[in-house]
Amino acid sequence: MKARTMAKPSFIQGLLRGRTAVIGLPYAWLLIFFALPFVIVAKISVSEMETVHFKDLISYADGMLRLSIKLGNYLFITQDDLYFLSYVASLKYAAVTTVGCLLIGYPFAYFMARARGTLQPALLMLVMLPFWTSFLLRVYAWKGLLGEHGWVAEAIEAVGLDQLLLAAGLIPALGKLMNTPFSLVVGMIYTYLPFMILPLYASLAKMDLRLLEAAADLGATPWVGFWRITVPLSKAGIIAGSMLVFIPCVGEFVIPELLGGPQTLMIGRVLWDEFFSNNDWPMASAVAVVMILLIIVPLAIFNKYQAESQEAKR
Amino acid sequence: MSSGATIKAKRAILGPQATRWFGRGWLGLGYVFLYLPILALIIYSFNDSNIASVWGGFTLKWYGQLLQDREVVTGLWLSMQIAFVTACSSVLLGIFAAFALVKYKRFKGRTLFAGMVNAPLVMPEVIVGLSLLLMLVSMQRALGFPERGMLTIWLGHLLLGLAYATVVIGARLQDLPPQLEEAAMDLGAKPFQVFMLVTLPMIAQSLLSAWLLTFTLSLDDVVLSAFLSGPGATTLPLVIFSRARLGVSPSINAVATVIILVVSVGVILASVLIARQERRRAQEMAAAQRGG
Repeated sequence: MKARTMAKPSFIQGLLRGRTAVIGLPYAWLLIFFALPFVIVAKISVSEMETVHFKDLISYADGMLRLSIKLGNYLFITQDDLYFLSYVASLKYAAVTTVGCLLIGYPFAYFMARARGTLQPALLMLVMLPFWTSFLLRVYAWKGLLGEHGWVAEAIEAVGLDQLLLAAGLIPALGKLMNTPFSLVVGMIYTYLPFMILPLYASLAKMDLRLLEAAADLGATPWVGFWRITVPLSKAGIIAGSMLVFIPCVGEFVIPELLGGPQTLMIGRVLWDEFFSNNDWPMASAVAVVMILLIIVPLAIFNKYQAESQEAKR
Repeated sequence: MSSGATIKAKRAILGPQATRWFGRGWLGLGYVFLYLPILALIIYSFNDSNIASVWGGFTLKWYGQLLQDREVVTGLWLSMQIAFVTACSSVLLGIFAAFALVKYKRFKGRTLFAGMVNAPLVMPEVIVGLSLLLMLVSMQRALGFPERGMLTIWLGHLLLGLAYATVVIGARLQDLPPQLEEAAMDLGAKPFQVFMLVTLPMIAQSLLSAWLLTFTLSLDDVVLSAFLSGPGATTLPLVIFSRARLGVSPSINAVATVIILVVSVGVILASVLIARQERRRAQEMAAAQRGG
């Protein structure tokens, strides 16, 4: 409807108006429902909580204009160990998950990209299919697999891998795999692995294999060729995959809640508890603001990469 | 093996044969890792035992109980409605956003726009959920609208859906040869006609995959729904999540199996359809080019 009336006046005018609508509609939408909420969160994080409403930041009474900014929440975050430890633990688990996904995902994507051409669509489909099936249910499934008499738990104990996990401090005692840092990391690697594989595969599949032949002709061993040619050429995929894993992992809530047990602190859970259990909205907002500050650099890297890949084609 | 090959094999850490088997093994183990939990869910949904991890024989009783489980049935219905609306609106708005990003290389605030479209892909959901909720609450206090419930959940899911839809549709738009649209313009088609008659048919498959993806994303979401739902608006993932928190229960396995089966069949059917269409289009293009 709208577009048809747009096309009427004249070609150029129509084009201009169409352009405004095409850009303007999603732009306005995102400004209202994505950008504005962050401003409000920042505002509430420095607001005083009154019985029902928040106190206004700027108030005017008896000829006095007051600006009241409550920094108490932020001070509390820096002083209370719980928050500091949760932030550190979240960054640590996110980093471990990212490295784990890279170690499993890189060879995986590499062999996918080097598989027979006719096989590749099927292999790709098989990576994406679990990604389409419910994430919540797949995380929940690990509760059974790692719990008592679970398939994976029994396999790990049969091989004696649990000794190694105990030595690494990932489980507190032999025979207890569920609700430990180990089960948390397994769940996170499992969930985010496809996010790592897909961009890696994309960058490895479009690589020009003649470069490796040229390197071999010039005397490079396959190993040298791999490190000096394949890995640098897949850098974009490594960065994209790592950011796609790392950033959401920092604020992950569902996986630590289902697999982490009560003692694994992650900042997503702290925020959740401040909001749902303590009903302390300003505190939850302050936790969120600090979390945004922590991920802002990776976020910028991710956005830069996305922008480049969206422009690269032409 | 010739002597040359032996030397080469020695210089590599693994010979080509060994590399191939290592690759197959790695892929195989990787797929086992990806599919084992799904397999376990399905198998244990037929388990005739109250202790979920002990096998007690085959049964269908959990499926029978499912139909009487009001919480699950109403949750599923609500989730389906929200997912349907989310998928349609995400694709619609996603077409606009993808068009803006791919076709218009320069406009004011493009960087901010691209950032806002892409950020929800990685932004922790607790942050998105909390901030959107606080805004909607402020809005509700000022305007008396909107009430927390289906509408607010949809607003949250749409943010996520828009990001994914834009990526899927944008990737397809980038791949389109610009000559076809230019040719249509040269032949006198108005921009809107070009879009409807040339662009839209060519991106149709990406619209379908974006629709399916955003539908499943919405059907699956826990965190945004938890923040944005109100009393009486409990989606299926919220029901599952609250039960899963308490422990493993066979009723969840039955729900899971049904969902996984329906979604897998849908996705596989759609991708077969897309692949077939793609092939036909490629053949037609080739034929047209030969003929011309």
